[in-house]
Amino acid sequence: MGAEAMIKSLQARHHDLADQTTQLNILSNGIFKEGLLPTFADKIAPLGHFPLKPSKIEIFQVNVGYMCNQVCKHCHVDAGPDRKEIMTRETMQQCLDVIANTGIHTLDLTGGAPEMNPDFRWFVVEANKRGVREIIVRSNLTIILANPKYHDLPGFFKENKVRVVSSLPFYQAAKTDRQRGQGVFERSIKALEMLNAVGYGKEGSGLTLDLVYNPSGAFLPGNQAELEKDFKKELKEHFDIDFNGLFTITNMPISRFLEFLVRTENYEEYMEKLVMAFNPAAVAGVMCRNTISIDYDGYMYDCDFNQMLGLKVAKDAGQHIREFDIKKLEDRSIAINQHCYGCTAGAGSSCQGTVA
Amino acid sequence: MEKTYYDPADLKKFGNVAEFGPELAGKFFDYYGDVFKEGALTAREKSLIALAVAHTIQCPYCIDAYTSDSLEKGSTEQQMMEAVHVATAIRGGASLVHGVQMMNKVKKLSM
Repeated sequence: MGAEAMIKSLQARHHDLADQTTQLNILSNGIFKEGLLPTFADKIAPLGHFPLKPSKIEIFQVNVGYMCNQVCKHCHVDAGPDRKEIMTRETMQQCLDVIANTGIHTLDLTGGAPEMNPDFRWFVVEANKRGVREIIVRSNLTIILANPKYHDLPGFFKENKVRVVSSLPFYQAAKTDRQRGQGVFERSIKALEMLNAVGYGKEGSGLTLDLVYNPSGAFLPGNQAELEKDFKKELKEHFDIDFNGLFTITNMPISRFLEFLVRTENYEEYMEKLVMAFNPAAVAGVMCRNTISIDYDGYMYDCDFNQMLGLKVAKDAGQHIREFDIKKLEDRSIAINQHCYGCTAGAGSSCQGTVA
Repeated sequence: MEKTYYDPADLKKFGNVAEFGPELAGKFFDYYGDVFKEGALTAREKSLIALAVAHTIQCPYCIDAYTSDSLEKGSTEQQMMEAVHVATAIRGGASLVHGVQMMNKVKKLSM
């Protein structure tokens, strides 16, 4: 606890946990190997969900690069200013070509801070020209204020009918700043004011602004509807901010959050909490069943978390966007490990909030 | 027997009390579940009350459980500490108010 200077990514610190294999080893061994907790596969098998299969692929979640102006303590991407991985326009073009030829209706842009990719605006404009039904941008808010060249982002989002989904882990500064960095809350509020000013989150504007809540520590998110009520009341009362929906997302035991869990000796208890909260009803709604995640290099994954663990889609489904074959992909088995418990705990968790 | 009276792992075994008396345990846990459902009070408010009571009765299991629960329900650290102070004020006040009884007795006995 306590605010401090900006940390560096695990990669820049040459931390053991920057390595995907080390993370997978932790998730596959220990309490799970010893049989103290059931593996995710064991848990979903009796429900008839193993191997886990996709339903219909509807969402393309494109990670346009790991560079970010923030270094959040729980970041599953290990993003930060020191990350240089970035998607080229050519790969974006390949994504657009695939979308044009399939029933994929949603383009979900994430990062890092996706706006930092120099071809970000081109990508959004082109996607709109091609009639993608919904374009989501996962904006960290502070990017809008980070540099004058980003100040017009709210207007750009509006022109392109982008749905803005933004992280705000709490409606007060202390908890938010501890997780996302000093001063982040204040700048996030300013960015929200700028989004509200062009109509985002305002009734009747047709411009959607959703917020994402994630717990600021080793505990699970509470009831989404109740937290949304609290957020709406507090943000309106204290800052006159309006927004549409609040999505609660469970912290995934990978990357920087895994590092936190291990360092603070919370790992085993957190995993036990996730397993105890396993909700069979959430399995059918997990996002990997209707989403394909694409990395900056054009490789495909079952979700953004698997992307960060280096778990590409099954080999026989074709692993690169240039090999995209919807039939093969819809027939593949989804790669799972114990981190998947994060998406099935309680009311479930996805990039769209709860699922059950 | 264990060397200490309290083991944090026992909290997770709370439900096991049904082993020695399933009927009453069933009734208790059903009641417990209903008590904490959102009603005229929100689930978050109920969790804060539970946290305050946990400190009053100094139950380590309950403090463990309702600290996590209050965080999950979105309570702030200030709210949680204020809840503990409410418990403390009532608890301390309960002692202090008996000072009146003491004074009454003193006054009755004294010349």
